[in-house]
Amino acid sequence: MNKRSGLQPSRYNLKKTFSTWLLQHAQASIFSLGQLFKQPLNSFLTTAVVGIALSLPAGFYLLLDNSQRVAADWDNSSEISLFLQTGLEQEQVTELATALGQWNGISAVRHISPEQALEEFISQTGSADISSTLGENPLPAILLLQPEIENLSIAAGEEMLEKLRALPEVDSAQFDRQWIQRLFAIIDIVRKAVTILAIVLAIAVLLIVGNTIRLAIYNRRSEIEVNKLFGATDAFIQRPFLYSGIFQGIGGSLMAWALLSLTLFLMEAPVSRLAELYASQFRLHGLAFSEVLFLLLSGASLGLAGSWVSVKRHIRDIEPA
Amino acid sequence: MIRFTDVSMQYGDGNEALRRINLFVEQAAMVYVTGRSGAGKSSLLRLIALIERHSRGQIIVNGQNLERVTGRRVPLFRRSIGFMFQDHRLLHDRSVFDNIALPLVIAGYRYQEIRRRVHAALDKVGLLKKEKVSPIALSGGEQQRVGIARAVVHRPALLLADEPTGNLDPALSWDIMKLFEQFSQVGVTVLIASHDLDMIKKMNKSIITLREGRLLTHIGQTIDE
Repeated sequence: MNKRSGLQPSRYNLKKTFSTWLLQHAQASIFSLGQLFKQPLNSFLTTAVVGIALSLPAGFYLLLDNSQRVAADWDNSSEISLFLQTGLEQEQVTELATALGQWNGISAVRHISPEQALEEFISQTGSADISSTLGENPLPAILLLQPEIENLSIAAGEEMLEKLRALPEVDSAQFDRQWIQRLFAIIDIVRKAVTILAIVLAIAVLLIVGNTIRLAIYNRRSEIEVNKLFGATDAFIQRPFLYSGIFQGIGGSLMAWALLSLTLFLMEAPVSRLAELYASQFRLHGLAFSEVLFLLLSGASLGLAGSWVSVKRHIRDIEPA
Repeated sequence: MIRFTDVSMQYGDGNEALRRINLFVEQAAMVYVTGRSGAGKSSLLRLIALIERHSRGQIIVNGQNLERVTGRRVPLFRRSIGFMFQDHRLLHDRSVFDNIALPLVIAGYRYQEIRRRVHAALDKVGLLKKEKVSPIALSGGEQQRVGIARAVVHRPALLLADEPTGNLDPALSWDIMKLFEQFSQVGVTVLIASHDLDMIKKMNKSIITLREGRLLTHIGQTIDE
């Protein structure tokens, strides 16, 4: 046989080797799929565990993603809102505005009268009848101060707020950026925690798939022995196990995706009800196509890695006897 | 085809299974390896199949020095050998067809070729109608014949059979030996470990007799000598 193939041009051999390789991969993948379907309960349980393990970090990621989207709506306000006492005269307000314009660290002052504020409120909420119920305009005049420095540090911002609050005309002063920054800091901590959780759960997926494959290898010990006896290479024997690792990973990813979609579906109505209460157009964001792809890819590579570790350790131990 | 030069084999515990064996088996020969249980029949076959390694001497099989056949070369070497066992070692989770196809699938044959060859092998052992059946549904003799079909389907140069007729009645055993004889007539070297002396005598082939790991008779001698 060797002699005959030696006479063939090498390109032909290479092509043939490649197509044989492809054929054997196709056979191995179909075979391992068949094995998975032959034991539906076992396969389902492993896939479910992998799915739950993957859905946790993915779910936290979605939570973070959505809270960041909420926060991003607020982020563009780098202004300090100064709510003045009610009952101030128009002149007093303008006077204060000009005075503040001279302050160190303030570059611009914008004045919103109570009437303007009410108008804006009505246009945002769409509840025109609110003014008629209220009768009198309850809103105070507002001065919006633009700090000179774009990114004021929290300490400097706090200091300025203290000074502003001390003014007799001022009812309260609020620097939105201040607590947005704090929110972002919190989100950052949560993100770190989620990353660590994701790593831990990824290791869990590796172990789950690895253990499942280890059991599968031992269940098919005699088959592996016979295969080796008839000249199967380690690569040939490994292939179906590696494929089943990949399939379990992908199955787990799909299950995680399904779990997340179900959760989003159930949360959608309450969240939009809450958003309505805040007069916000906010809608929950699910996983984007690229994120789903990433989830599938992570599942597949975790499954492959888990089975790889198992296969490397256990298949070599099995020798025909 | 097979040459043993001063071959000894030791198990891990220091127990010597074979001692200073010298023998030569020609291509297309049909040779019985006989002796009592524990005499080293299986060990001899296992050395040739690289299931065990010899500890001294030199073994040449099919032109290859077995000491040099290591790592990735082992599977390729084994593809030139067909195996048969007393306990068949058929895989019960697949059909007769798939069992016989195994060596061809391993070697990467295409489906059309696999089908042709498996059918030819099934025809040879007279089980053409049973290709879709699970091995469990077959009788002992039929299972053994499936084992034979699997052992020769990839046209090995060497066929190793370890007690292939151990569980069969004399008539079935005789049929199987006749099949082996046909293989050797088309150029396959056949090595059969067996202690069925009556049948061995009737077959009138070369015999290697082992006793406690030593060679008792050489090729060409018969038991009576």
